[in-house]
Amino acid sequence: MLTQMIPEIGHYALVIALLLAVIQAVMPLAGAATRRPLWMAYARPMATGQFLFVAIAYACLTTSYMLDDFSVANVANNSNSMLPWYYKFSAVWGNHEGSVLLWSLMLAGWGYAAASFSRELPRDMVARVLGVMGLVCVGFLLFILVTSNPFERLLPHMPADGADLNPLLQDIGLILHPPMLYMGYVGFSVVFAFAIAALLGGRLDAAWARWARPWTNLAWACLTVGIALGSWWAYYELGWGGWWFWDPVENASLLPWLTGTALMHSLAVTEKRGAFKSWTLLLAITTFSLSLLGTFLVRSGVLTSVHAFANDPSRGFFILMLLGITVGLSLLIFALRAPRVSHKVGFSWLSRDALLLINNLMLVIMTVTVLLGTVYPLLLDALDLGKISVGPPYFNALFVPLTLIMSVFMGLGPISRWKETAPSLLVRRLWLAAVVAVVLGAALPLIFAERWSAPVAVGLIAALWIVLPMLRDLYDKIRRASTLGAGLKKLSLAYWGMQLGHLGVAVTIVGVAVVSNYNIERNVRMGPGDSVQVAGYTFTMIELTDRRGANFLADRAVIEVQRGDSNRRFTMNPEKRLYLATGMPMTQVALRPGLFRDLYVAMGEDLGDGSWAMRVQYKPFVRWLWLGALLMSIGGVLAVADKRYRRMATAPDPEETALKPAGGDRGKEATA
Amino acid sequence: MTLSLTPKRKQKLYVILGLVALAAIAVGLTLYALRANINLFFSPVQIAAGEAPIERQIRAGGMVREGTVVRNPDSLDVEFTVTDYVDDLRVHYSGILPDLFREGQGVVVVGQLQQSGYLKADQVLARHDENYMPPEVAQALEEAGYKPEDFQQKAADVAKRLEAEDANGDSATSSSY
Repeated sequence: MLTQMIPEIGHYALVIALLLAVIQAVMPLAGAATRRPLWMAYARPMATGQFLFVAIAYACLTTSYMLDDFSVANVANNSNSMLPWYYKFSAVWGNHEGSVLLWSLMLAGWGYAAASFSRELPRDMVARVLGVMGLVCVGFLLFILVTSNPFERLLPHMPADGADLNPLLQDIGLILHPPMLYMGYVGFSVVFAFAIAALLGGRLDAAWARWARPWTNLAWACLTVGIALGSWWAYYELGWGGWWFWDPVENASLLPWLTGTALMHSLAVTEKRGAFKSWTLLLAITTFSLSLLGTFLVRSGVLTSVHAFANDPSRGFFILMLLGITVGLSLLIFALRAPRVSHKVGFSWLSRDALLLINNLMLVIMTVTVLLGTVYPLLLDALDLGKISVGPPYFNALFVPLTLIMSVFMGLGPISRWKETAPSLLVRRLWLAAVVAVVLGAALPLIFAERWSAPVAVGLIAALWIVLPMLRDLYDKIRRASTLGAGLKKLSLAYWGMQLGHLGVAVTIVGVAVVSNYNIERNVRMGPGDSVQVAGYTFTMIELTDRRGANFLADRAVIEVQRGDSNRRFTMNPEKRLYLATGMPMTQVALRPGLFRDLYVAMGEDLGDGSWAMRVQYKPFVRWLWLGALLMSIGGVLAVADKRYRRMATAPDPEETALKPAGGDRGKEATA
Repeated sequence: MTLSLTPKRKQKLYVILGLVALAAIAVGLTLYALRANINLFFSPVQIAAGEAPIERQIRAGGMVREGTVVRNPDSLDVEFTVTDYVDDLRVHYSGILPDLFREGQGVVVVGQLQQSGYLKADQVLARHDENYMPPEVAQALEEAGYKPEDFQQKAADVAKRLEAEDANGDSATSSSY
């Protein structure tokens, strides 16, 4: 009896969560405006309660999936009794309604976290931050309840079995990628709320920046991993070995990442130097707005892709309204209040401040170019000016040179000083790194590859130019200490975070440069006994078999691979699956991963005469793409663990490290 | 009028000038890159009317007409006809067709239209579309003065018939395409 009511309980919990969110939005904001502590005190319990009830709703939906309750429309459309339990669990977010519910759950979760870890913040700041987050929650809970109720029933005509989850989504990628990506998207709501709170309260000092930085880093780290997971998933799941398509949906996740990266760096300047205040606020607003724009693009059905589940115009309209209200209101508040918090600080043209400004500019230019390429076709279509698409050449033509320009400044940034850096110092510390980067970068492809490639050399030079100055800096810092251990101990976690983050960028650049230029792809016709040579590996098809999986039938090829003349052999088993419930075919790639190369074999199509079209690929350094992203996010998390954020928890001292003169404790400073 | 330029103001001025210059360069480059890299969509009826440029990257689309897929037995070259049920477009492609490519289903091809009238495709995109006809194609039909609903229906009928045939055959070796 009780199990039959689960969907209704979930629905009811959502309604309660919405009411709590309304109170969370109204009372603390009103309390902060009128200085009433009692009203402000509503913020924390409401945030907690809201999270609890959204979690109940989410648990109810998950239970319906687990129990195969096909009377719930959402379950019937996206699950099947044959589906393994872990896919039932993740199928919850493999569709529009469920993924918006997950979005809201995470939003409420971040709100709860902000409420829990803000004991040391001034009362009115907490009230405003949680109030703004409450407002965002109201928007999304309304969106769910009004347009995308996941608990809708199919009574009394409930289907005997579900329509099944899209086979493309039946993969570990679905379990990992969306939650991570959403954590990132939604996480930027916290820094957004901090920005609005700063504007409303008129308080924006080093302490504010120090509160906002960990939240930004965490959200950014999640988004980085989420994007990398998406790329990795597309790489092996779509069956043709691409890892970035400049698909509008991918771009939608890249946009907040770019401005989020700019925001992290701008926050560093705001904390250390008290500069770029308005700019930081604007970036916080922009980043969250782009997260919303991404949600709009993906959820409204204006795009057709594997990500767009539903084409319901009312939903698109609702999110567009939400986006419009958020952007409009926050920009209005910004315009009215920003002059109050802004503050002019002078700096020289050769200083870490200026270099970070350039970094920010580059990132914003990248954002604009990607945004333009993504939205331009949609705008033309909406205005009835023709159907066009903007292809990868456009994005590559702009994004690659911009990245290279930025890496030039990335080499300079970490070793320069705040406020002013003597050119002679930079030259003295960097000339060797520059020479080594150019020589090594140009020589490495000559030594290790069969043919020299200019783009690879440029990519390697850029990566080395990012890494070598950092090594030099590390060396200088440790050299000054009495022992190696003491030197290492003095370096802060924030410094290591910066080092790792930048190393990650370099690693990703290497991966992109090498795999884009040394990738070998052969599309061949193969039958049993046929073999093909790719990059020194011999791929021989031994036989074609078939097998039956839990919910699919598969044609399976057994491919034996031999490297050069050596006797070491191994087999790879690509499959072409036919999913029974939907009748959809799917390519299951066989991968032989390695740090320096991936071997990639996919079955294309049955050519009818006993042979198959096979796609055989040699992908050098492809893992470096995702490895770099992983390093970046570890760097982001490491910086959060820095002791100055923890010290804040015990002894709040806003002015402590805020405006130390340049050249003081360099370990603590090096956090850009 | 004398404008006193304190160092701070001077710096501010340079920042703003630099921003404007950078923004102008960025927008200029972007628009240039955009012009060179946009792919316009054409449906068979538009291509038959001579609206599409020759030997420039375009996108075209429609339904794969049943019984027109011809494979070269020695290579991965394949030819097929894309139709909007008014006009046809012959497509040449070399490589692996996507999983969802089937006769009677909607496809979008990216490639260059050749002098002799066929399209040399670099890329074939298939989609399992419950509308049975890509919306671009339906719109192009409407603009050419046809009633897209009639052709939608025709496309749906063909697709359903093929699907039914598929289901009747041995589904594990459904290699009719």
